[in-house]
Amino acid sequence: MSDEIYYKTATELRSLLDEKQISSVELIQAVIDRTHAVDSKINAYLDTNENQALAMAQASDERRASGQTRGPLDGIPVSVKDLIVEKGKKARCASRILENFTSPYDATAIINLHNAGAIPWGRVNMDEFAMGSSTETSYFKKTVNPWDLERIPGGSSGGSAACVAAGETILSLGSDTGGSIRQPAALCGVIGMKPTYGTVSRHGLIAFASSLDQIGPFSRCVEDSAMLFDAISGHDPLDSTSYAGEIPKCADALRTKKGPWKLGIPKEYFPDTLDPEIHAAIKSAIESYREKGCEIVEVELPHTDLAIPVYYIIATAEASSNLSRYDGIRYTHRSDETSNALDIYFKSRGEGFGEEVKRRICLGSFVLSSGYYDAYYLRAQKVRNLIRKDFQEAFKKVDALLTPTSPTPAFKFGERSDDPITMYLSDIFTINVNLAGFPALSLPCGLTSGNLPIGLQIIGQPLKEDDLFAIAHSHEEAHDYCKLHPCI
Amino acid sequence: MEYEPVIGLEVHVQLKTETKMFTRAPYHYGAEPNTLTDPVVLGMPGTLPVMNKKAVEMTIKAGLLLGCKIPETSKWDRKNYFYPDMPKNYQISQFDQPICDGGEVEIEMEGASRNIMGEHRKVQLTRIHLEEDVGKLTHCENESLVDYNRAGAPLVEIVSEPDLYSADEAFAYLTALRNCLVAAGISECDMEKGQMRCDANVSIRPKGTHELGTKVEIKNLNTISGVRNGIIYEIQRQTLAMENNQPIVQETRRWNAEEAYTTSMRSKEMAHDYRYFPDPDLMPVRVSKEWLNEVARDIPELPFDKQRRFFNDYDLPYTLTSVLCPDAKLAAYFEEALTIYKKPKQIANFIANDLLRELSAAGEHGALPLESCKIKPAHIAELVQFIDKGEISNQIAKEVFPEMFRTGNPPGQIIEEKGLKQSTDTGELEAVCLEVIAENPKPVQEFKEGKEAAINALKGQVMKATRGKANPKLVDDLLRQLLS
Amino acid sequence: MSERNNIDIDYVANLARLELTADEKAKFSGQLEDILKYFDKLNTIDVSGEEPMAHPFPVFNVLGEDKPSATLSQEDALANAPKQRNQQLVVPKVVE
Ligand SMILES: [Mg+2]
Ligand SMILES: [Zn+2]
Repeated sequence: MSDEIYYKTATELRSLLDEKQISSVELIQAVIDRTHAVDSKINAYLDTNENQALAMAQASDERRASGQTRGPLDGIPVSVKDLIVEKGKKARCASRILENFTSPYDATAIINLHNAGAIPWGRVNMDEFAMGSSTETSYFKKTVNPWDLERIPGGSSGGSAACVAAGETILSLGSDTGGSIRQPAALCGVIGMKPTYGTVSRHGLIAFASSLDQIGPFSRCVEDSAMLFDAISGHDPLDSTSYAGEIPKCADALRTKKGPWKLGIPKEYFPDTLDPEIHAAIKSAIESYREKGCEIVEVELPHTDLAIPVYYIIATAEASSNLSRYDGIRYTHRSDETSNALDIYFKSRGEGFGEEVKRRICLGSFVLSSGYYDAYYLRAQKVRNLIRKDFQEAFKKVDALLTPTSPTPAFKFGERSDDPITMYLSDIFTINVNLAGFPALSLPCGLTSGNLPIGLQIIGQPLKEDDLFAIAHSHEEAHDYCKLHPCI
Repeated sequence: MEYEPVIGLEVHVQLKTETKMFTRAPYHYGAEPNTLTDPVVLGMPGTLPVMNKKAVEMTIKAGLLLGCKIPETSKWDRKNYFYPDMPKNYQISQFDQPICDGGEVEIEMEGASRNIMGEHRKVQLTRIHLEEDVGKLTHCENESLVDYNRAGAPLVEIVSEPDLYSADEAFAYLTALRNCLVAAGISECDMEKGQMRCDANVSIRPKGTHELGTKVEIKNLNTISGVRNGIIYEIQRQTLAMENNQPIVQETRRWNAEEAYTTSMRSKEMAHDYRYFPDPDLMPVRVSKEWLNEVARDIPELPFDKQRRFFNDYDLPYTLTSVLCPDAKLAAYFEEALTIYKKPKQIANFIANDLLRELSAAGEHGALPLESCKIKPAHIAELVQFIDKGEISNQIAKEVFPEMFRTGNPPGQIIEEKGLKQSTDTGELEAVCLEVIAENPKPVQEFKEGKEAAINALKGQVMKATRGKANPKLVDDLLRQLLS
Repeated sequence: MSERNNIDIDYVANLARLELTADEKAKFSGQLEDILKYFDKLNTIDVSGEEPMAHPFPVFNVLGEDKPSATLSQEDALANAPKQRNQQLVVPKVVE
């Protein structure tokens, strides 16, 4: 257990709060102080609301004193990726085009946080409109990897991963469209989880690719992740794609579900190009599961290598349409140099969007354009079905799949900026899961010789998040990778 | 050479729901600008659409009403284009799987005169789909103002086949379609309020040929006369072009109602590339047998079916049915009166003439709606009963009616209060008759000489003296008795 | 697909109402063509008879009752607007 308050987990803090060893106000103050001390290096935060957070902490302490606690997260600070809207707060998606936008409403996930007594206390950096794998496409700042300040934190939820790793918050909410939670979690040595599509409401999540996006938790231990998932998941009538059936409660399941499990190793996820240190770390994780009595079987996901084209067709097509609303008319940046109505569109969007966003809007508009729809979008939707079938087939034999989260550890700034395809390949092990709609998480499983975190990806079955967390928890119990912190 | 026009209409109709198509912000006509919005209406970041159940049911209902096939599954697509009245810069619509397929609208052409029924024909429909409306732009000198109140209101688009062959047919089609939709409570279809809007696809071809000519889409046909005039203009323009061997260009043209001509808006090459694709935020609609049956329970009789029934059951003349039947509420009012007293022709006459006259005189903008009328259907039935029983004359009834309209009192009360009951006291009436005979020797003489019509003059005098209250039959009998 | 790997960047940018600099156009054209070439992988398999997948977990008829809920005030509706007058948004005159 770390001595610093800001490096404790919500699970630990809950006991300390219940035993009155600390107050929520002290906790929030510790996180604020830590952020003041290190964020000038890390650059994770875009905005913080310290006074409001302290007032909420005060209210939480009063609830606790009067026995009205709202649950395990009451009084715990959570940072929020800049694409989940909060009433009265800026929601900029790290984009110039939304520079001046203040949301008039709360996302359902935020309302759920309030209902759990958690304290959304600051908004964190990301790739612009979640398009990127390094957080370098943010208009506002470059967030760094707390383990190596010359390296990227991963993305698009790079701010969330970095601030959890650096002790600038206890928990964070991110979003995952093609790996945007799991990949930065892996690169920053924290836990990041993408829920089953439809279990967390997308109402108030600024859309990148609607059929792929999910909000999910970042934390420094598995139990924290499970608690945060429990708090934000649930049916929402404001999201037509929200799952209406029962969603498992996961935090309690960690103590009841003990395995052993049948775990699948998809051979397509271990290509020759995989970083050897990562390969070794994943292998040793697999071995430790085997030693605990889990049955390890090799499985096939034959359409894996088609995932990148399918993903980039579907995601950019949906994005090109989702981002049309940012036009300089109602709430976005309007160019000063407009003489007619068409100019407002061309110039405001030309000035307001960064390069990667423009590139993807162009690609998405192209694949939907007249004469190309069938060859690209429709075909991609059909292959997407095959990819999902691969997973359904594999899960007839196993409870979960074990894979690396990222093919490489954190890379240096600028290394892949000018090579979109190489950048897109960063997501090679994560995007299949979004296409299939399955849940998955990334768990720290070691460090490279250069002291960079390595992530193990566990892919679970739809609506079996309880098993997914339990499998992760059993590995966490046996190792102490989750307790490693970077020196900043 | 003679040319024949071929016309297809795309009609947008606003549904009469309380709330919008994909969010529960309210919608109604005439509110202050930008007061009927919420984050979804404004296309704010993070907002998501949720279908309006009532709107889906109204669309199914429209389909059943017009004989469409309702496919088991329909889905939602995004139609992408930029325009300031459209908050998301895409419209949620239906591309390849609409809620209703096919269907037909029965139309009636104008008859040889107002009293003669015109020819009937069925116009084929392509489809009916559901979508969301856009906001409203007001153009000033250098700027346009945007009001998003209407944005997101549910709209059905009813697309006809190219199955109309004159501007008059297009007019008849719109009229018939409106009557059906209003009867079913699907829309008010008030073109002035933008609740019904129409685009026309017009082409011409040599008479007798079957291939379709190059089609031109005309927009901005905002009134029912605009539809007729715009189409007439466009037929003439195309005919003239053909006669002068000028090519007809496939394009979209705008009707300018003030100056009565169409101008080119955009050519085929400039046509939008809408990049339709399935909306990932919405789930498909699946219409089960049970749901279909439930909606079908609520389908009203079509206006022309009603008219045929009124001919058969009530033996009404065409003119009366053509007033009553297109207006479902008026027809229901009529039939309710019949449940009290079954004299269809007399009751229909009072409704078609007296009632409608009073309603149109009472309204400030257009006629007063029937719902605000104080006369109950039963009152009209009672009024006819009073006439038939000989208790009042037709003439008195015409005086009683405006009082009924003004006060809402039943006719019996008005007749009583005003002492309008026909006199049946023969003694008193005999005295008046004798007086009239004494004062009018000339007609008396003529009648005695065998000129039958002369008695009418005497009857008139008696009626005048009794201020109409005498029973005409009784007066006739008495006069004949006294003169024989 | 491969014969159509040249992307008309002007056409696409116009569809998307996106002003691009000459440099951006040149750069994007090349990159997007490379990406499209990469997409050719999709042609290596037969997808005939395969259903297009629009949603990970399809359900039907997610419907809301036709009951009005809260609206934004006129002020809140226009709070983020770059330009407004008479409770309406202002744009340069739209012609079409
Ligand atoms: Mg149309
Ligand atoms: Zn339409």
